[in-house]
Amino acid sequence: LYSSLVMLSTTLFEIPAVSTGKHMGFAWGPGDILVYETLYKAKGASSSGSSLIHEVRKDEDIYSPILRKLFNESHHIFVGLQTVGEDVPSKNKKPQFVSISKNYRSVIRACMEELQQLAVLTKDAEAATRLGNQVSILLAIELIWNLCEVLFIDAAPAGSLLLHLLDWVRLHKADVDEKTREVLQSESPAEHHNYWDVVVSYVLQGRVEEARQMLVKQANLHPAARGMFKLMDKLLSKMPFYNPRSTQTLTEFDVIWRHWHEEVDRCLQDNSFSSNQHLEFICKILLGDEDSLLECKDLLGTWYHFLVTRLLFCHPTVKPTDLHYYAQSCMTMFLDSRSVSEPLDSILLASFEFDIHQVIKDCSIVLNNWWFVAHLTDLLDHCKLLQSHNLHFGSNLREFLLLEYASGLFTHHSLWQLAVDYFDHCPEFGRVYLELQIERVPLETERKALKVLRVCEERQMSEQVRSICKIMATRALRNNRLGSALSWSIRAKDAAFATLISERFLQDYSTRGTFSDLDLIDNLGPSMLLSNRLTFLGKYREFHRLYGQKHFSKAAKLLLSLMTAKIAPQSFWMTLLTDALPLLEQKEVISPHALSSCSKSAHQSLWDVLVTKIVGDGCVCAAYSRSLS
Amino acid sequence: MESVNAKYVSQKVSRTRWRPVSVSSFQQPEIFATGSWDNEDNKVSLWSIGNYGGLGMEDGFEGDPQLLCDIKHDGDVLDLQFLDQERIVTASSTGGVTILRHHPNSQTLSVSHQWERAHRYPCDNAPCTSVVCSSPEIVSVGEDGRIVVFRADQEGVCRVIENADSSTIHAVTYLRTTEVLTVNSIGQLKLWDLRQQGGSPSKILSLSGDRVPLHCVDRHPNQQHVVATGGQDGTLCIWDVREESSPVALMEAHSAEMWEVHFHPTNPDHLFTCSEDGSLLHWETSSHSDMPSLLHEGSRNSGVTSRSAMAPAGGNKSLISAWLSGDSSKSCLKTSHMLPSQTLSVNSLDVLGQCLVCGTDGEAIFVNRQVLV
Repeated sequence: LYSSLVMLSTTLFEIPAVSTGKHMGFAWGPGDILVYETLYKAKGASSSGSSLIHEVRKDEDIYSPILRKLFNESHHIFVGLQTVGEDVPSKNKKPQFVSISKNYRSVIRACMEELQQLAVLTKDAEAATRLGNQVSILLAIELIWNLCEVLFIDAAPAGSLLLHLLDWVRLHKADVDEKTREVLQSESPAEHHNYWDVVVSYVLQGRVEEARQMLVKQANLHPAARGMFKLMDKLLSKMPFYNPRSTQTLTEFDVIWRHWHEEVDRCLQDNSFSSNQHLEFICKILLGDEDSLLECKDLLGTWYHFLVTRLLFCHPTVKPTDLHYYAQSCMTMFLDSRSVSEPLDSILLASFEFDIHQVIKDCSIVLNNWWFVAHLTDLLDHCKLLQSHNLHFGSNLREFLLLEYASGLFTHHSLWQLAVDYFDHCPEFGRVYLELQIERVPLETERKALKVLRVCEERQMSEQVRSICKIMATRALRNNRLGSALSWSIRAKDAAFATLISERFLQDYSTRGTFSDLDLIDNLGPSMLLSNRLTFLGKYREFHRLYGQKHFSKAAKLLLSLMTAKIAPQSFWMTLLTDALPLLEQKEVISPHALSSCSKSAHQSLWDVLVTKIVGDGCVCAAYSRSLS
Repeated sequence: MESVNAKYVSQKVSRTRWRPVSVSSFQQPEIFATGSWDNEDNKVSLWSIGNYGGLGMEDGFEGDPQLLCDIKHDGDVLDLQFLDQERIVTASSTGGVTILRHHPNSQTLSVSHQWERAHRYPCDNAPCTSVVCSSPEIVSVGEDGRIVVFRADQEGVCRVIENADSSTIHAVTYLRTTEVLTVNSIGQLKLWDLRQQGGSPSKILSLSGDRVPLHCVDRHPNQQHVVATGGQDGTLCIWDVREESSPVALMEAHSAEMWEVHFHPTNPDHLFTCSEDGSLLHWETSSHSDMPSLLHEGSRNSGVTSRSAMAPAGGNKSLISAWLSGDSSKSCLKTSHMLPSQTLSVNSLDVLGQCLVCGTDGEAIFVNRQVLV
């Protein structure tokens, strides 16, 4: 449990593709290292190296499918937390926060159980060890989180505090129940070698009912000592536990407890249990005798169990502010000079000292993933428990941790979508981080690009929108998908790109004499107005259609407007003039049966314009001027 | 409606499909398939919500999908359809179309046939965006604007319509046994008659306003001319393909891309849509609405009175009109959300009988076994 919390682990890899003797260069990435061969050798002349770059990364944590469920489920809880009753006053939000904290913890537990199951089933010893380590880490995380919930979020006052701490200890000492099962399943439970261990463990955890039930079995075996067992049973049954829901005050409870304590002491003093060493031992425990408790080191297992048990039997009305005195002394007593204080110990001690910042700091250093500290800090911040502890670069602790966590998520090929929500809830730097990271998401398919675009559009990141659309449009253009390219430029309202695409079409037309992708050009609709060139393209195609359908007067009018509106590119004037020629020759255009005088004037104007153009711009060759005259 | 629980599956779900149940039996579907996307190793998985050997039927675990088997898939699973009881067709982001076979005895999936690079650019892969099948024929469409027809029992490709579209074709569906309908990213519906050899559609329909890209399409199970589409702006459109152009009804549905639209196969008064905005809507139209026929009520196309002589092909007249009336406030149209709020994009849904399954980008699957239809 303890050693797995140490972050610094060194692993040696051999990179097979790098030839021996070569110097390697490297660069850190967000979650990996890039390694490459340099020209230099340790000995001998330098020679050319391979052109490969190797990506080295640790294959754990966010790459494990079970932990992915943790990230996804906690993301869901996180998003829900951000919008928790904003209109409700702080003090009424406590039950909601406690409930959210329990949700987080149940997600951790579910993950732990799945990992445990997998560890049991796996045949590969190395994998089983790795899984076991991950389970240990999660166990520790849940232990710390649970304590933080009890002390900081629930903030139980004296009286209830001990009850919560008892629950906390019971939850994390599950081996008692396993032992009990073993004992009860044996032929004669009362004679099982673990029997007394079980009874004592129950007492140490304050589970008096279960202790009494077990003792009955022993009592039945020793009818002669019935009186003694009855006395113990009575003492246990009368052990007072504070009931927060009752009308009893803490002082009243304290008085009752002292009476009971004195009664137990009397029984010990007048040797009521002297003929049964076990019962006498239990009696001493009930009195909170330090030496007896320390004898149970193995059963207690940890100094914090020792702490809670000692409080249970010596100071059940302990105040939160006094906890740290007892914690420090218990830890010192329990851990003799031989055992080393582990990181977990200092974290728990900091919790008992209500030093939230120290807890967060220690956890950040020790754990190699920001998940735990980011979510816990966020929750504590919502409970208004973190003073605004401004860091050097201006953002606060909560935001810093969330940014670190989310940045890590962004490096994952799949979980980047979760990171977006985290950035959204970092008011100071979230947006900037998102802007920088979102552009790096690889866009392999249109569907993915659409999702990334939606993220940017919803946050009015117009630069990123334009950039992504441009990438997709360029790719489409390269693959000759003019319709797709146009679709992307419309989305970005990128007039310049739309112009580019139109030029492509017009070029195609110039070289081939026909339009490609008529389904697109014929159906541009209002998007035609995005760029002048695009409008020209659409209208020009319309001209061809009208001509093909023999609506010559309409066609002429259109052609005229195209020329006079000056949206035709210079390069296209030749083509337009060429197209005008047959119109001028068309008798229908100048026929007296023309629809209106407009057509005549259209013809006239067409002529005028052409003449002006020929004379003015001088861009028509002599042959034309000759044929026109 | 019972509360729906999420099943987290450690992969972003791009498609979910129920395995078909025989029409004659009134069984509820038990098995569904999912496809993943955006993973380094994508998978197609088969799940069961049925009672398998009596396991897992304790209270609280009823209906929790259990993984039966899965198989690695090359590229994102952009579409997934059941060809028949045992075979699944997938469309991949690598441009390939694959037939997978399920072996119930060994509870495994294996690749039965693969057409790699069915969709491609000259020097690159083009994702295959959608696939539809009517055993043994399979039709696929992709970002390369190509329509490819396969037969499940043939090695090579049956027919290719090159350059069917200058933009990406997002979805395809069968209109009749020989006609398919495609939707593309410039907001057009195109009808293709597969019997004809030419490379052009027999009809093109499009929105009269902005050419919003269309992402999904589904045909009414009974009325072959009624089609629903969903677009980039989350608008639900109902079309009558006999019309010249423009949808007959336009309804604001979602605030972001609509990824899938499905008529309920046996109760087509009910329609389901899911979207990037994280919502799944259940649309219910009253079949006893006293709406006059489609052409006189809020139709966006004026001047088509010549069609009024054409009687609707079978079925209840008011049934059709309920969907095709342009003004949703007048018809009895109820919409309800089916998921808890704050999910990431719902990428896919499928409904069969009383069961609905959907998958999200939050790596969760939701199964609802008591859909009120």
